[in-house]
Amino acid sequence: MQLTNRSKKTDKSDLSLLERTYWPGVVKGMGITIKHFFSKKATIRYPEQKRYLGPVFRGHHILKRDELGRERCTACGLCAVACPAEAISMVAAERVKGEEKLYREEKYAASYEVNMLRCIFCGLCEEACPKQAIYLRHDKFVPVFTSRDEVIYGKDILVEDLNDRYERDAWTKEEMSTLWKKQKD
Amino acid sequence: MDIVLLVKSILIITIFALSLGIAAYETYFERVIAAFIQDRVGPDRAGPFGLLQPLADGGKLFFKEDFVPTMADKWLFILGPSISMFTALMTSVVIPFGDTFSIKGQLIEVQGMDVNIGILWVFGVVSLGVYGILIGGWASNNKYSLFGAIRAASQNISYELAMGISLLAVILVSESLSIRDIVTRQHGINWNVFHQPLGFMLFLTCALAECNRTPFDLPESENELVAGYHTEYGSMKLGLYLFSEYINMFISSAVIASLYFGGFNYPGMDFIHEFLVKNTGSVLGHNLATAIGIIIFFLKTFFFIFVFIWIRWTLPRFKYDQLMNLAWKWMLPLSVANLIIEAAAELTPMPFLASWVGLAILALGYVIFRPLFFKKNLKQNLQ
Repeated sequence: MQLTNRSKKTDKSDLSLLERTYWPGVVKGMGITIKHFFSKKATIRYPEQKRYLGPVFRGHHILKRDELGRERCTACGLCAVACPAEAISMVAAERVKGEEKLYREEKYAASYEVNMLRCIFCGLCEEACPKQAIYLRHDKFVPVFTSRDEVIYGKDILVEDLNDRYERDAWTKEEMSTLWKKQKD
Repeated sequence: MDIVLLVKSILIITIFALSLGIAAYETYFERVIAAFIQDRVGPDRAGPFGLLQPLADGGKLFFKEDFVPTMADKWLFILGPSISMFTALMTSVVIPFGDTFSIKGQLIEVQGMDVNIGILWVFGVVSLGVYGILIGGWASNNKYSLFGAIRAASQNISYELAMGISLLAVILVSESLSIRDIVTRQHGINWNVFHQPLGFMLFLTCALAECNRTPFDLPESENELVAGYHTEYGSMKLGLYLFSEYINMFISSAVIASLYFGGFNYPGMDFIHEFLVKNTGSVLGHNLATAIGIIIFFLKTFFFIFVFIWIRWTLPRFKYDQLMNLAWKWMLPLSVANLIIEAAAELTPMPFLASWVGLAILALGYVIFRPLFFKKNLKQNLQ
């Protein structure tokens, strides 16, 4: 049965005199390798040049603010429930007068912690969130940690910085490939 | 102090330093060329373009654990890499890197020394190099190392035969064992490679085998022999083994360049010599012409080093029986045939033409007689 059209008919006839000296084969091989000498390199020089990983890559967690700069999270706990690794924990608090600019609704997360030793970056918290508050960034890795007190990410790390807002710049494959091309040049 | 002695000592130290430096940078170019051939970038982190990579490698080797196995013969274990390195460095002394420098009215040859047995010296020392590998492999007290060492020794001996006989043809034509005489005889473009293409191909193949380079790097087959003769070696002792291989590569490239490609000769050298002498005076002009010759020599040498590396990243390793078959059933008879052809050609009034006719007759004879005797056999072997 033929599965692909790439199969080649094998030649079992005797080697000709020239072939038996191996010179044509050797010269051909040398030609192929020297051709590669001048061809384009496939290397991405990693630390300097980073490949666009795609809009669906799941990296560093972020707690989004809304367009007025208020925290979206209402500490409903659905993300913690959805989390299969039980990495998320939070303490809810009630908004008092004068804090309307900080929190969007009456209830908010006084503390919100993600344990990075447990997190498996499955993205279920993202899906569970009814307020579109938690996301996994597509453009940032979780950095390497060397001690235990760096492991639990509190609100100081997670909440979005208003001066450097997180946006996804591509949502489709086509947008992604144009971005990648732009980055390459 | 005698000016000749002074210049000679400077020359010898320069050649020594050059061999070491070139060997160090061969490792760098090996990696870069390998990377280029495999469509990647290669070392580029240490210094600009990774040029300090050999230094980094050397430093790393020094900081590794220097380990001697308990049951090993300690002194022989240390002696192995020392002999390898020593023999690798010794050969460069008879290679003529250039013509002569004229200093204070004296013509001083750009060569460690011009002994009249030059090429014999190279061969004698190179065959001593086998001891380095064999002693190292034996002293390790490890069966794999011993296997690797035996393989290396038998390979080197087998290929030395064909190498020596193909070299004989060169000596026969040059009528001298001194490498300088062999080189000066190829004045201009009268290179030996045009007279003896077959001899050159044989010599190149044997040189590859003698340096234990791919496709003949069976002594260090990492799959079946766990790296062969240097399995037990670490730190700078391993470094010396690897380093001596690279020096050998440089030396054999230099020997090939001077035996078959005219050494420091290049087409139009007389014209350039005359031109320089006319324009810059007889002393400076002569020295400048010599300097150009030295550059030409090194260009040729580097080209062969490149070919060595290029071959390494193209051809797969031989099987051991194939290696021995090639040496004894092909290279040796062919080199003898080459010698006979060259010797016969020398007797005729037109040796150049005669040697080519001889080669053509050899090829024709092969075409005619091979099928008569071997066709059946060949078919069976292939199936």
